[in-house]
Amino acid sequence: MNKSLFYITTFIVVSLSLLPFLWFVNTSLKTPIEITAIPPVLVPSGTLNSYQSAIEDYNLLHFLKNSLIVAGITTIITILVSIITGYTLARLRIKYKGLIMGSLLVVSMFPQISIAGPVWKILQDLGWLNSYQGLIIPYVTLTLPLGVWILASFFKDLPPDLEASARIDGCSHFQTLFKIIVPLAAPGVFTAAILVFIYAWNEFFFALLIMTQQDFQTLPVGIALFQGQYTMPWGEIAAASTVSTVPLVLMVFIFQKRIISGLTSGAMKG
Amino acid sequence: MRLSLLTRERIFASSLLIPCFLFVFAFAFYPIFYSLFLSLHKIILSLPYLGSPFVGLDNYKELLGDRVALHSLINTLVFVFSTTILEILFGLVIALVINRHFKGRGIVRAAVLIPWAIPTVVSSQMWKLIFNDKYGLLNYILSGSNTSAYTAWLAHPATAFMAIVAADVWKTSSFAGLLILAGLQLIPDELYEAAEIDGASSWQQFREITLPLIKPAILIALLFRTMDAFRVFDLVFVMTQGGPADSTNVLQFYGYKKIFAEGFMGYGSTISVLVFFITFTVSLIYIRTIGTRLFHEKR
Repeated sequence: MNKSLFYITTFIVVSLSLLPFLWFVNTSLKTPIEITAIPPVLVPSGTLNSYQSAIEDYNLLHFLKNSLIVAGITTIITILVSIITGYTLARLRIKYKGLIMGSLLVVSMFPQISIAGPVWKILQDLGWLNSYQGLIIPYVTLTLPLGVWILASFFKDLPPDLEASARIDGCSHFQTLFKIIVPLAAPGVFTAAILVFIYAWNEFFFALLIMTQQDFQTLPVGIALFQGQYTMPWGEIAAASTVSTVPLVLMVFIFQKRIISGLTSGAMKG
Repeated sequence: MRLSLLTRERIFASSLLIPCFLFVFAFAFYPIFYSLFLSLHKIILSLPYLGSPFVGLDNYKELLGDRVALHSLINTLVFVFSTTILEILFGLVIALVINRHFKGRGIVRAAVLIPWAIPTVVSSQMWKLIFNDKYGLLNYILSGSNTSAYTAWLAHPATAFMAIVAADVWKTSSFAGLLILAGLQLIPDELYEAAEIDGASSWQQFREITLPLIKPAILIALLFRTMDAFRVFDLVFVMTQGGPADSTNVLQFYGYKKIFAEGFMGYGSTISVLVFFITFTVSLIYIRTIGTRLFHEKR
């Protein structure tokens, strides 16, 4: 690729990636009249009415709270279980490692509809529909493969002598894991945590099935079901969308390197 | 009896796997078999007093004659095929761009990741507004203020289908790009330097060095994108609700509608089973292809 072609391509790729979403952020700062205006209004009046209305009339903060609880707890549980599982698969002598890693990959890949009915039924029998644990437990199950794959590949790369010397000093397996291995693999743990959090924050299908009452719905469900009485409340939808996306955009800009290494490490080293 | 050190380590290691197994068995493997079980029964959620009588393969016989199911299957396959191809192509372009060394590469990489990070529900609402028939940005870009020429993109079968394909390609091309990038990074610079000395053009370098060496990465990207495209749901739910005239109805959405909106738990489960078998077969084919390639190269 020659230089000018490269810069033109880069420019197009970046514009196509950013502009549609910036347009939506722009929409969140418009009045209803500006939103439906032809020709479209490029510079919005900057009103925060849509945000106010999303909070007051559409319970935005409520959805935000539920999303934080569900995604936060999911991340903590998934990471703890992934540390133990990833360590075992990467560093301990155990049979059927390949089979276990392979079945985890299968879990992460099959479409949710193939388990949706039973998961719903199990949760109903437990009385866990419309409860935080009812959504967190399926999320942990679905994010475990991601966490285990990333962490196993990080643990594999650590020098093997570490544990041997820790063990000679009299540390148990657990002490070795949490005092020596985990601190060294902190970048990997952090990467896995970011990806698991993003998954749980964005998931819609199970949230829609399991959280049928507004009290427990997460942001994606809220945003998908925003309805006006006569027209689409585009301003409020755009405002809620902006609120739910800004944390992710910040994470991407700050942790870009980690996210890319996390997404590719599991895939390439497997 | 004293156990050997190895045996003790194995017992200890197996016990560490228990938490992970519990989750995966209870909420992933067991539900798959449970779906199979449900699909052999007649269960209607809104009529609980009917119980859940065993009906054998009746639900499957009904599925064979269900034209909407067939339509959804075809739509799903067309969607999977078209989005995967487009995403690999755009992903390749993205990977080539972000693999170069240049000032501001970090920011470009982050910018490219934005569509991937956005919740799909949000990007679906965003595209729904852009495709709006009266004040959508796309109509304005194509026809200016001449509103009589505006198209109701989401109200016609063909354009509605193209709209969800476009929205999916926008969202996930960067993920395909990242997987391909990982392959690009494995190619040693010396190969290009040597080709340069031999006078190879950049197109020749791309065709003779880059493409063959990133083939495994492309196959992995294909696998991940194919599997993910099979579960398209959010886009359809928000943008079209499967319409118009079932033109964007896909298996995951149809299954959801049957089981949860209409309450046909038994019949809907046949779709769950069908989807599982299709994706399982497709992934086996991929893994065999990738497996033989990758593992042989590693040895």
